[in-house]
Amino acid sequence: MVETTIEPLDKTINELRVSPAQHLHGDFVDAGVSGARGVRVREEQFLTMVGLRVPIGSPDRERLAKVLGTELPARCGEVAVGHDVAVLWLSPDEFLVISQNVAGSTLVSYLRAGASEDGVAVLDLSANRTTLRLEGASARAVLEKGCPLDLHPRAFAPGTAVATSIGRVPVLLWKVENDSYRILPRASYADFLGRWLIDAMAEFKVSGSG
Amino acid sequence: MILISCPDCGSRDETEFHYGGQAHVPYPEDPNALTDEEWGRYLFYRENTKGIFAERWVHSSGCRKWFNVLRDTVTYRIAAVYRTGEPRPTLDGGSQ
Repeated sequence: MVETTIEPLDKTINELRVSPAQHLHGDFVDAGVSGARGVRVREEQFLTMVGLRVPIGSPDRERLAKVLGTELPARCGEVAVGHDVAVLWLSPDEFLVISQNVAGSTLVSYLRAGASEDGVAVLDLSANRTTLRLEGASARAVLEKGCPLDLHPRAFAPGTAVATSIGRVPVLLWKVENDSYRILPRASYADFLGRWLIDAMAEFKVSGSG
Repeated sequence: MILISCPDCGSRDETEFHYGGQAHVPYPEDPNALTDEEWGRYLFYRENTKGIFAERWVHSSGCRKWFNVLRDTVTYRIAAVYRTGEPRPTLDGGSQ
């Protein structure tokens, strides 16, 4: 049995860490647009992300569901919300567990305790991706400049997350609520995608209230 | 641009996929027993069908799973999509 103690995220360590888009934080603030056609972007730093691979039909799915507080998502786009975690569907046997409050090491040990079978993989991937939050009435219009998906609410409802690309950058796009998106690019793409978003937001600054 | 219907993710743009060539090419049971010519045929020789062609695709910027597609190489019309390991479906009305 793996020891599972809850340790809160160490905030003092976070102050020493540098996130992949940290150098753009000032530019993000400057690029923000307010008003009726407003759109803002910011980086949500250091979210905990744990990669989870579970074979289809494995009995571990139920054990992991108890640990997570939710069933694993069953189909493309589904986001399952559990105890302090959200579970994104990446493929039939691959999931990404995201948490704001639980440390990666804690989450990994909990999930490993719920996995008994061969073929289950639990890995802390927190440093793999960063999270950009795009919000505002024009957020969809900004994304539509570079995303091949249909982002109309009819096809892409709040609480949906899919793997796609934005400005040719492979990302996970998670519509948290109406007019509020989490974009998860790999860390090395954060600079390019951050600048791409700033550029895509510029027209609303000109035509809007600024 | 064609739309390809991934068995897991639904209809997506062709740019999210990569092509994997002809489907249903079995790996030799005993590769060591093959002559160089037979091995060369296994590696490099493929059908060049005009019409319905069974081919492999991978949804590389989505679920990263391989699957099979029956596609008309003349019209690009996709006649069927099925998972890896499933038998090639027969098309009603024959190939067009």
